Amino acid sequence: MAKDKFHTLVSRAVPVDVENVDTDQIIPARFLKATTREGFGDNLFRDWRYDKDNQPIPEFPLNNPKYSGKILVGGKNFGSGSSREHAAWAIYDAGFRVVVSSFFADIFKGNALNTGLLPVTVSERFLRKIFDAIEKDPKAEFETNLVDQTFTILATGEKESFEINTYKKECMINGFDDIDYLLNIKKDIEAFEVSRA
Amino acid sequence: MGSTLFDKIWDAHVVKEIKDGPSVLYIDKHLIHEVTSPQAFGGIEKRGVPVFRPERTVATPDHNIPTIDQHLTIKDQLSKFQVDKLTENCERHGITLYGINHPYQGIVHVVGPQMGITQPGMTIVCGDSHTSTHGAFGSIAFGIGTSEVEMVLATQCIMQPKPKKMKITVNGDLHKSVTAKDLILYIISKISASGGTGYFVEYAGSAFTSLSMEGRMTVCNMSIEMGARGGLIAPDEKTFEYIKGREFAPKGADWDKAVAKWKQLYSDTDAKFDKELTYDASDIEPMITYGTNPGMGAKIKSHIPKLDEMPASERLSFEKSMKYMGFNAGDELQGKPIDYVFVGSCTNGRIEDLRAVAEFVKGKKKADNITAWIVPGSKMVEKMAIEEGIVATLEAAGFKMRQPGCSACLAMNDDKIPSGKYAVSTSNRNFEGRQGPGSRTLLASPLTAAAVAVTGHLVDPREVM
Ligand code: SF4
Repeated sequence: MAKDKFHTLVSRAVPVDVENVDTDQIIPARFLKATTREGFGDNLFRDWRYDKDNQPIPEFPLNNPKYSGKILVGGKNFGSGSSREHAAWAIYDAGFRVVVSSFFADIFKGNALNTGLLPVTVSERFLRKIFDAIEKDPKAEFETNLVDQTFTILATGEKESFEINTYKKECMINGFDDIDYLLNIKKDIEAFEVSRA
Repeated sequence: MGSTLFDKIWDAHVVKEIKDGPSVLYIDKHLIHEVTSPQAFGGIEKRGVPVFRPERTVATPDHNIPTIDQHLTIKDQLSKFQVDKLTENCERHGITLYGINHPYQGIVHVVGPQMGITQPGMTIVCGDSHTSTHGAFGSIAFGIGTSEVEMVLATQCIMQPKPKKMKITVNGDLHKSVTAKDLILYIISKISASGGTGYFVEYAGSAFTSLSMEGRMTVCNMSIEMGARGGLIAPDEKTFEYIKGREFAPKGADWDKAVAKWKQLYSDTDAKFDKELTYDASDIEPMITYGTNPGMGAKIKSHIPKLDEMPASERLSFEKSMKYMGFNAGDELQGKPIDYVFVGSCTNGRIEDLRAVAEFVKGKKKADNITAWIVPGSKMVEKMAIEEGIVATLEAAGFKMRQPGCSACLAMNDDKIPSGKYAVSTSNRNFEGRQGPGSRTLLASPLTAAAVAVTGHLVDPREVM
């Protein structure tokens, strides 16, 4: 399905300064009962956002009105665990378009890209600077530039470049997805099947 | 220079390479279940494309189904809807389905091997990260997201960057009563929950080759818990023996041809890996996890690390984890009281696991403070357990037998560990809330789980044998 095109995003950011955020925290299994892709955002970080009586926990950044924006900043080793793409859908559905960390689990990274959510890997030092910038001023803005592959802390002008393979970059910029690509090379796939029969 | 086993299989499945991008990888077998497939079917229907190779996909419901009264209509409306959707989608697209009550139904990663669907040299994917289990047969098997499930349905291919390769060698013999689960928990505790990220692992050495196929599946199953995409073990006579005669195994002349091909599946002696690690089997003892990721494991006879035993950068998340678990740095592990014992999941819900538990508890009783659940990995496992008298033995000891499914491994159904309670579990993840909101999970082998069930507290099984 064609996705939103992504070039540059200037936005505030929401910090979740926790290491090893696993997919069971991002979207607990008991909320995976839907058969469509929408609506998972309501249960994003469910057990950190709400207490046992379903009351919002005010300290959790997603409940704290001083934070907003389309960039989610997480601690090291973000998205480990399950292959559930629902984790990426939940983040996307909650309005985020970029997720920043110093280290992503493999499957999560792939799922995010397939969802139209851009995973940006920065160094640990730079990640700390981003958290510090938000801490200092929750209204601080950041620029994610996919074309140049850079992430900038606008308040200080400090920037770092991030990696993404050329193919995936083109896909995000043009709003294409892998399935479009694969459907277009069906002849090659059939020829491959014949060749190994 | 020679090739690794991984390269041999991978290269034989590349349809096309994209410059500075992923490879188009052909998939031999695709397994699906009720939770991660409905959106994929929705996707292809929206695009108006058919399932390209329906005969290469097999379906079974497992994640969300109840484990009691499976003959009745599912009470939870949302679960029922997902299971009905799976049935409907399979019927519409001509996909083989082992539905609830079908004699072949079970956890998807137990079903593949038991049916002989899983074979050496294949590429196998499923919308579940523990697809790595199938690597035990010398196949490339890994979990995928739902967009990729859609790709496989539509084109039998996915787009994958080639992972790096790691070799983990464990030489020597495992001590008596040290199991495959202890071996893999030991490795993960050494390399951490993220140490394998970016890699596909090959396990080599006598500690692995001496394991049964069930044991090898337990090891490969948990490859994902060190962040690796998957893990595999070169096939050998044991592998062929296991597959032979199973429903989908090649037969007659095809069998001989297949075995001749499978015998070529090994890493050449001069093959190069991006990373190599070696451990000594004699250092491994019964293991337990004490924290909230599978890398936080230790020998049961030891203690939780003290703060000064770990790098400063890890202390914060360690303390958060200890708070969740209700433990303190430096605590002795043995003797900690436990409330629940769960034996099941695609890690340790196979017949050999149930046999190990039954053998240990035979003639004993579970402790009063323990609620013990045994959930067979499949209908076939359940049937064997009944026929072998395992169910009778376990029930006599006070264990509760349930019906096949993922159950308390991820607690999507009613099998939840209550908030604050401690569960020794033979499953694969001890994340916060994994077994129910507020639940506290300690991962262990079936043998350790049996010993804990009988004593009521954390114990090295060798002390009570
Ligand atoms: S038993 Fe657990 S790990 Fe295995 S497939 Fe089911 S949910 Fe996943």
